[in-house]
Amino acid sequence: MQNFHVAIVGAGVIGSSIAWELSKYKLDVIVFEKGSDVSSGTSKANSGVIHSGINSPPSSLKARFCMEGNKMLQSLADSFGFSLKWTGKLVIAKNEDEVKELNRLKKVGNYNKVPGLEIKDGKEIKIQEPNVTCYKALWVPTAGIISPYEFTIAFAENAAVNNVNFLLETEVKDIQKNENNFLIETNNGKYQSKLLINAAGLNCRDIVSMLQTPDFEIYPCRGEYIVLDKTYSYLVNSMIYPVPPKEFGVLGVHITPTVEGNILLGPSAEFVDDSDDKRTTKKMMKNLLRKGKEIIPILPDKAVINAYSGVRCKLASPDEGGWADYRIEESKQTPNLINLLGIESPGLTAAPAIAKEVVKMISNSIDLKKKTVFKILKANKQRFSEMSSKKRSGLIKQDKRWGRVVCRCEHVTEAEVINALKNPLKAQTLSSVKYRCRAGMGRCQGGFCTQHIVRIMEEDLKIDVKEIKLKSPKSNLFYGRTRKLEND
Amino acid sequence: MVEQGSLKMINLDVDVTVIGAGPAGLAAAISARENGAGEVIVLDRNSWLGGILPQCIHDGFGVEEIGTSMTGPEYADMYIKNAEKLGVTFFYETMVLQLFKNHEIIAVNKKGLHKIKAKSIVLAMGCREKTRWDVLIPGERPSGIYTAGVAQGFINLYNIMVGKNVVILGSGDVGLIVARRLRFEGANVKGVIEILPYASGLPRNVVQCLDDYNIPLYLNHTVAYIKGRERLESITIAQVDEKMEIIYGTEKEIKCDTLLLSLGLIPENELSKQVGIEIDTITGGPVVDQFFETTVKGIFACGNCLQVYDTVDILSIGAKQVGKNAAKYAVGETHEKIGFVKVTAGKGIRYVLPQQINKSGKVHFYLRVEQPKKTAVLRVFSGDVELLKKKLPWANPANMIEFDFNVSEKVLKSNKPLEVTIDDQ
Repeated sequence: MQNFHVAIVGAGVIGSSIAWELSKYKLDVIVFEKGSDVSSGTSKANSGVIHSGINSPPSSLKARFCMEGNKMLQSLADSFGFSLKWTGKLVIAKNEDEVKELNRLKKVGNYNKVPGLEIKDGKEIKIQEPNVTCYKALWVPTAGIISPYEFTIAFAENAAVNNVNFLLETEVKDIQKNENNFLIETNNGKYQSKLLINAAGLNCRDIVSMLQTPDFEIYPCRGEYIVLDKTYSYLVNSMIYPVPPKEFGVLGVHITPTVEGNILLGPSAEFVDDSDDKRTTKKMMKNLLRKGKEIIPILPDKAVINAYSGVRCKLASPDEGGWADYRIEESKQTPNLINLLGIESPGLTAAPAIAKEVVKMISNSIDLKKKTVFKILKANKQRFSEMSSKKRSGLIKQDKRWGRVVCRCEHVTEAEVINALKNPLKAQTLSSVKYRCRAGMGRCQGGFCTQHIVRIMEEDLKIDVKEIKLKSPKSNLFYGRTRKLEND
Repeated sequence: MVEQGSLKMINLDVDVTVIGAGPAGLAAAISARENGAGEVIVLDRNSWLGGILPQCIHDGFGVEEIGTSMTGPEYADMYIKNAEKLGVTFFYETMVLQLFKNHEIIAVNKKGLHKIKAKSIVLAMGCREKTRWDVLIPGERPSGIYTAGVAQGFINLYNIMVGKNVVILGSGDVGLIVARRLRFEGANVKGVIEILPYASGLPRNVVQCLDDYNIPLYLNHTVAYIKGRERLESITIAQVDEKMEIIYGTEKEIKCDTLLLSLGLIPENELSKQVGIEIDTITGGPVVDQFFETTVKGIFACGNCLQVYDTVDILSIGAKQVGKNAAKYAVGETHEKIGFVKVTAGKGIRYVLPQQINKSGKVHFYLRVEQPKKTAVLRVFSGDVELLKKKLPWANPANMIEFDFNVSEKVLKSNKPLEVTIDDQ
């Protein structure tokens, strides 16, 4: 049985950022992810916002890690090469009554030491955001946007090139603890580890249950989003939030530009019984459009190119108000089990700071020694669509596949698809390609490029068409060749 | 190391550049050569010519145009051979990245970046299919959901089987033809769902593709829910009322692993918008005059990027006219424009083409009506004056109506828009 110092369950943004922090040390680390790629749960399906810290109660872990994480983001973006834009955010008040709420948020922000907060007049906002009408708004300059999957993938791929083992499509089935080690049984073999990090997100309670009786419940809270075509990117410059609704501990339906130039409307907030219930509903899609129009009246209906939902991992029920702080702690009952529970918003922002905290916790039980050789893998941000003519010509000269555009909406070339498929995690679904190079993310939603990506997967990677998956272990795209069907 | 010189763009100077080598582009290129254009080039992003035709292996192509029924590949082949004979140059796997008002095009292929200067340009980019999100179909997001054209491509061009138990949403011709094709390949086609009270495809296709194979057609129905967290497991269909809202209590679950969407087509005009061509919000295509010249001088539009045609035959006939106009422009035979009137869609008309006229003489009009009509009278007005009254046997939104009308100099100089209407009598 393979033996590790640290085993991490879950390769969302939390598991992946911890894996990266740990990859700096002389440790054997393994990550189990049941999805076909990292970032396949809540980490990919959110607003992609770098939060400023105005929404988290002072002295909470949420506030602390949000503030710390926020300050780490720029240097991470610089070294990994993922996109980040400090767009800032506006919380808009429609009337004098809502201004009270702006004042409250500003006070919380000041307490948390969020810089630059300013309540602006409707007229001033009109200059900044010509399509938004409001009475007053709170301007939050230190809020920004990233692509949540690009961020998570950057952590995971950097951890992988520094020798962290990622096992995809690997579900933890059972865990036993003996004197010194955890014995972890998966659908992909048995493993042994001294420390166990539970970063399983919505499944964190299931993992705890394998070792002890959990002292908490998970209340999954679904949030639906709709995605608008890039054509409408001119509608907003920064994020536009309403004053937070009084219930559920959420921030309300907001308008978020993405780093790629799309606009997101969402999320809704709806408590669901099943944490895997990621449906989108007609009612909510219409509602999101309606709420978007309340903020931007000229928002067109025809702009929608996709819809999705993510599920928040909440530790408080709706009756309790839906708000609870993070729990980042070593289990008292099961030593060496580090639990990360209820990591919902602002989890994306907080992740790099949480990872540092977890490393500190680990240093209590393992003597950590830094590696002398440590690689940084710049995210594969060589994007044809963003290059100068000279750069394009040079690359085509070196490899002619840079001259073959396969995604007509996003102008992605064959070379970029191949680079995406050759990622160090060996994630090879259609979504893995999409999240790494954007092929299939445009307005035709893969109508033109799917055939090319399938061809590339077959020719360059020798994958049988029956093995090609959309996004998860059993999401096959095809049933084989037409002439062989009856032999199935 | 790459040499400095090789980083330069490949420069070309031609008479006519056609963007897109589908049926419209082929027809326009041929016609441009036949009408005096010197060098004519066609750029296409695919590795083949003919656009969608090679995957349309059913027959019926050419009947209206030349009185012979051919398959899609045969029809394309006829055009390709003719184009080659006439010396049209094709650029394969070539993507147009930018289009400028001065008729310069930046395109890329495996040889490098190209800067192509043309005297005139023909837009023939075709269209794309509507997706699940254009109609906001709710539910989960499994694999196994394809647009009908994409599925047809996988089956006919790549011999890849997309599913075994299939439901099709939308009864357009592509959906009907793919239903039959899947049956031939051994799939169980469990039904075609149509939100309207009638099939939107041609009646002969309903008979030959569905009835002959006992494939049920559910009229006044839509998909209310998609189930499946990995591969599609089932869909729930439901009846709709006159407002196309779901009637609760009529839901019915159908187990299936594949859902094909035949929801309609959207003209592809990203390049047109980029260069500043005015777009008709109803057709989704460029605003054109009687020469199919767009609002940018010397740039013409044809085929499905101009308007979605009923059949390839009608599309090709139109595109030939456009190719001729582009050739004339390229060789300097530009028409003198006198006056300017807009053409407007009046009562009962969804859209009418061309949207503007700037020369007197015979004009060929295309239009679609808003509602089906058993009896119909078409009228053309200039202000209050009725200029044309024409009885039609019937009118249907699915069938494009064409007519010729002589626009006089007087009408052109009146500054009053031409209004086209349709009525029961």
